[in-house]
Amino acid sequence: MTVLARIDDLHISFGGVAAANGVSFTVNQGEFLAVIGPNGAGKTTALRMVAGLLKPDSGRIFLGDRDVTGLPAYARVRLGLGFTHQIVRPFYSFTTIENVMLAAGHYQTGSPWRALTSRSRDAARKRAHAILERIGLAGQAEKSPRALPLGQRKRLEVARAIALDPKLLLLDEPLAGLSSAEATTMADLIRTLPGEGITVVLVEHNLGEVLRVADRLVVLDAGKVLAEGVPAEVMKRADVRQAYTGVV
Amino acid sequence: MSAYIASLVSVIGINMILALGLNIISGFCGQVSLGHAAFYGIGAYTAAYLCKLGVPLPLTLLAGTIMAGAIGIVVGLTSLRVRDDFLAVTTMGIGFVFLGFVRKQKWLGGELGISGIPGSGLDPVVYAGLILLFAAAVIVFSLWLKRSWMGFTFDAVADDEDAARTVGVNVSTYKLTAFGIGTALAGLAGGLYIYFARIILPDTFDFVQSIAILTMVVIGGTGSVWGVVAATIGLTLLPEVSRAAADYRLLIFGAMLMLVMRFSPGGLAGLATMLKRRKAAPKEVP
Repeated sequence: MTVLARIDDLHISFGGVAAANGVSFTVNQGEFLAVIGPNGAGKTTALRMVAGLLKPDSGRIFLGDRDVTGLPAYARVRLGLGFTHQIVRPFYSFTTIENVMLAAGHYQTGSPWRALTSRSRDAARKRAHAILERIGLAGQAEKSPRALPLGQRKRLEVARAIALDPKLLLLDEPLAGLSSAEATTMADLIRTLPGEGITVVLVEHNLGEVLRVADRLVVLDAGKVLAEGVPAEVMKRADVRQAYTGVV
Repeated sequence: MSAYIASLVSVIGINMILALGLNIISGFCGQVSLGHAAFYGIGAYTAAYLCKLGVPLPLTLLAGTIMAGAIGIVVGLTSLRVRDDFLAVTTMGIGFVFLGFVRKQKWLGGELGISGIPGSGLDPVVYAGLILLFAAAVIVFSLWLKRSWMGFTFDAVADDEDAARTVGVNVSTYKLTAFGIGTALAGLAGGLYIYFARIILPDTFDFVQSIAILTMVVIGGTGSVWGVVAATIGLTLLPEVSRAAADYRLLIFGAMLMLVMRFSPGGLAGLATMLKRRKAAPKEVP
C-alpha cells in the first residue's frame, strides 16, 4: 500500500503544556483514516500541524516523499492537501457558491499577475455548482452562508475543500453540532470521497459514525498515539476503552 | 475651459487617483492605512527632485510611482505582522516618519520644501486633461481589478485571512500586492501634483491629508469604485462651492465621517444599494 503522508514524532507545547508529545502515524493512499481520542488528546492540534496552521516544535511531516514541515498552509494546499475547520469559517461576504468558486479556481490565484489578468469565472462557477449539487446545497447557491443552518455550513466547508481537488483531505470534527440524522448524512457523504481518489483523515468525537465509516483508526491520548489499526480490533483494547471512555 | 476650472479639474483628478489607490488597500484588500499621504509625498518629492535635475516628465512620473510603490511594499511588510487597529497605528506612524525625515533634509528643502519646479511644458488646460486621463485609467484599472480573480482574492483576504490560506491563497503576497499598487498610485498622484502646484511643502502630505483621502473612500463606500469617484468629486468641490465649507473643512469632513459610520457604513455606494433594494421590493397592500 502506498504511503501518502507520514507524520513523524511531532511535538508542540503551549505555555509548557505538551499538546502533542511525539505523535507519529502514516496515512495510506485511498484510505479513510479516523483519529479519535478523549478531549485534550491532541487530535485537532495534530491535524492543524499537518495542515500547516500550527508549526510543530519538532518532528517532520511528509506528503509523499516531500518534507512539507516548513511549508505554509497555502503551499500545502497547492500540493494537494485540503482542510476543514472545526468551527466553520465560510467567507461571510460571499454567497455560498462564491465560497466554493474561489476554491474551484484556486489555480487562478497562484500568482497575483495571473489573478489580475484572469477574469472569467464561468469554469469555476460551473464546477462549484456541480459540487454544490452533489453535496445537496445547489438550492442555497446564491444565499449568504449566514442564512444557512449549521448542518449546511458544515457541508459548505466540505464542498469548499473538495473543490481544491485534494489528494489528502483533513476533516476536523465535521459532525460536531449536527443532529443524529444530519451526522449520518454527512458521514455517508464523506465516506464516498476515497472512492473519488480523495484520501480522508477524519478527527471526530462521534464514535458511532466513526466506527461505521472508517477503514482504520489512530487513537491519541495525552498527545501520543495509543493505538492504531482496524476499528474492531482497536476498540477491543482495554487501554483504548479506558482512555476514551474512562471505563475498563 | 478657464484656468480656474482647469485647476479644479486637476485637483479632482489627483484626489481621485489618491482615493482609488487607498481604496485598493483598504476597500478591496481590507488593510487599514492611515498614512497614505506619505506615499503621495514620496512620489511628489521624487518627481520634484528629478524634475529640477532636468529629467523629463514621463520619467519623473514613473520614478515617483516606482519609489512610492517600492516603499509601500516595505511598509506593507508590517501588515504581515499586525492587523486592524495595530496596523492603523503603524501606518499612521509611517506618515509622521516621512514628515519628520523630509523636514530635516536640506537637500529636499527642509521646512520650506521644494520650490521653483519647472512646468510640464503643457498648457494648464491640456495638463488638466492629462491628469483626467490618468484618473480615468485608474478608474478603469480599479474596475478591472475588482472583477478579476485578484479582486475576488482580495475580498477573501479582507473577509478571513486564515480561511483564505486554507483555499490556497498566499495571503502575504496579496497584501503586499495591494500595498504596492495602492501606494504606487499615490506616488503617481504626487508626481502629477508637482507640475500642477510647481512647489511642494512638507505639510501638504501631513496626517490631515491622509484623513482627507480616507474620508473620500469611507464616504464613497470602501470597496466601491464609483462611490469613491463620486465622493472625491463632491468633497473636492465642497470648499469651492461655499466659503464657509472651506473654512470649516476639517469640521465638516469629521462630522460626515461620523454620520456615515452611524447611518450608512457602506457610504454612498451602500446608500445607493439600499435605495435600489427598497425600490425593487414589492409594496405592501393595505
